[in-house]
Amino acid sequence: MTMLDTPIHLEYTFTPGIAQSRFLRGLAEGRFVGQRCPVCGKVYIPSRGSCPVDGVPTGEDVALPDTGIVTTYCVVNVPFAGQAIEIPYIAAQVLLDGANISFMGLIQEIPATDVRMGMRVQAVWVEPDELGPTLASVKYFKPTGGPDAPYESFEEYL
Amino acid sequence: MAEGDALIAAHVLDYPYSRSVGPVIGAFLTGLRDGRIVGARTPSGGVVVPPTEYDPQTGEDVGEIVEVGPAGTVESWAWVTTPGPKQPLDHPFAYALIRLDGATTSMLHVVDAGSPDALATGDRVVPRWKPAADRIGHVLDIEAFVPEGASGGGAASGGATATAGSAAGGAS
Amino acid sequence: MSPAPRARRPVAVVSFAQAHNVRREDERNEVEMLMPVVAEVFANIGITKDDVGFICSGSTDYLVGGPFSFVTALDAVGVWPPRPESHVEMDGAWALYEAWVLLQEGEVDAALVYSFGRSSPGNLAEVMALQLDPYTLAPLWPDPVSLAALQARALIDAGKATEADFASVAARNRKAALSNPKAQVAHDRSVEELLGEEYVVAPLRRHALPPITDGAAAVVLAAGDTARRWCERPAWITGIDHRIETHAPGARDLTVSPSIALAAERAGVGDGPVDLAEVHAPFASQEGIVLEALGLAGAGGAGGNGGNGGNGGNGAGLSVNPSGGALAANPMMTAGLTRIGEAATRIWSGDANRAVAHATSGPCLQQNLVCVLDAAWEGA
Repeated sequence: MTMLDTPIHLEYTFTPGIAQSRFLRGLAEGRFVGQRCPVCGKVYIPSRGSCPVDGVPTGEDVALPDTGIVTTYCVVNVPFAGQAIEIPYIAAQVLLDGANISFMGLIQEIPATDVRMGMRVQAVWVEPDELGPTLASVKYFKPTGGPDAPYESFEEYL
Repeated sequence: MAEGDALIAAHVLDYPYSRSVGPVIGAFLTGLRDGRIVGARTPSGGVVVPPTEYDPQTGEDVGEIVEVGPAGTVESWAWVTTPGPKQPLDHPFAYALIRLDGATTSMLHVVDAGSPDALATGDRVVPRWKPAADRIGHVLDIEAFVPEGASGGGAASGGATATAGSAAGGAS
Repeated sequence: MSPAPRARRPVAVVSFAQAHNVRREDERNEVEMLMPVVAEVFANIGITKDDVGFICSGSTDYLVGGPFSFVTALDAVGVWPPRPESHVEMDGAWALYEAWVLLQEGEVDAALVYSFGRSSPGNLAEVMALQLDPYTLAPLWPDPVSLAALQARALIDAGKATEADFASVAARNRKAALSNPKAQVAHDRSVEELLGEEYVVAPLRRHALPPITDGAAAVVLAAGDTARRWCERPAWITGIDHRIETHAPGARDLTVSPSIALAAERAGVGDGPVDLAEVHAPFASQEGIVLEALGLAGAGGAGGNGGNGGNGGNGAGLSVNPSGGALAANPMMTAGLTRIGEAATRIWSGDANRAVAHATSGPCLQQNLVCVLDAAWEGA
């Protein structure tokens, strides 16, 4: 004997917590809900309930638009197990207007070679009857055609 | 949905690990597959079962692999009335520390004794092996230990099914 | 063996906070649980995160099934500008040890130590089986109760304890917990009543088991004048040591704890009288082993389970687990740090002058940490 299979299967009841639940419930209604830090004023989305800079609760909910910019992105060409989207595709960090932190989203409706840092994008939501408390409620982000944001306006988010 | 504000969701983690076992534990698992129990001799003359690559007390390298048991003595035992879904038997059983004949440490395994009244510290137990064709080199190639002499169970009784065990399910 | 290390630089526990221990935190994630605890441990002494030079935490991600969730837990502190930080996948008592070592080096003057354990999201019995040897032990899925029961029967068979002793320990701890507002399980029940309970895993009945707990705790350590500035009566750490035994329970004598005895010797437990012990014995059957190895068996209010005598300096004045210990609340990776916090609290209040705090980890008291806290830096 040289090898031993020791499979481990663990089942959990997971809670994302109070703040992230607000974010997820917002997605189920087709909108983005962030939270503001009472000390530094920054708006986090999704918020984990705490300002990671100040270590204080982020109590105040902030409704954010579903428009923003691509801060940075990559072109995924490598297939992997469980992949749900055809390659190549664009995974981008999207900074919503009014937010102070970016989160990851897909970019579609544009050739991979045309995606740019600073490109303005808007969320494309699933059909209303498919909305749920999950990031899958956002199908992807698409270009709005608006003018690119200057680099200086988002360099601190890279 | 939880009461109040927070969401909850089912969440499953699977770790499909496959481990390399090395020569010492490999010898132990190979022995189990072949229906034998082996240990490792330490420099101070002890025999560690299950074997480790080192003396568990001093850390020195172990020496030759030696066969022990298959019978042994119950050093301590704990009676599980409600087995968990992953535990080896589906009816009440004992986890036990078993000092196999020839060993100087005890091995953790299960004893299918039927009832806590049928087990005591110091009792002699023997392994109830899985059928040879079903053994894969795993600690559960021994289905369970059973009291020596109980219902004809013995070291060589390959395919024996639970004897006292099935009766015990209703007894508790 | 090298000579026992003694603390060279005076370092003290100066603040402690803990969450209310509960069976299940349904709503809050780990960050949301920790934030008020961290805020309280700073507010107690009027400082902020900018006043501590090091952060160290203890937790295990298997409990909630979120690999590397300990990293995001730092959001509860706020680590900007970037902070020196470390984490141990152990009880927070070991995180405190790491912070104490750094403070000994003189690099920083104060440190935050915190830990958290949410056992409710998963199956604790299965999660804890995974700390065992993966080749020959974990595939049998022995749960912590069964392993403790093997140890309890070994004690009974050796004539060192009885089931009534276990019930007596449980009754005393849970009665003491009535005065602990953070306790999860507290009641006043007789030994006779407890002995009427069913076995969970014989020879352990329900009362001998710790509760399953969601909880969190935090401590501030400070050195020298910083400690004196923040705390009127700092709980100086005069000795601290930790020791581990083999992972194989079948290769140990489960009725004794040589690791505690050695850690206690090196931490200097016997160098002076002890008036308080906060010991981390999750199972009632384990308290006697811990006290005997600490040299505190048979003293004061410990009750006793046949242990043979304490050390010379420790007489009737010893209080054991006035908090109710881990039988009152047992948040994984946290209950050990809580013992240090509970002991320090009683030094600050003047209820104790020289205390021993103990933390354990692993099956059947495999790994142990012993910390001696003194109201006087050169007291002993």
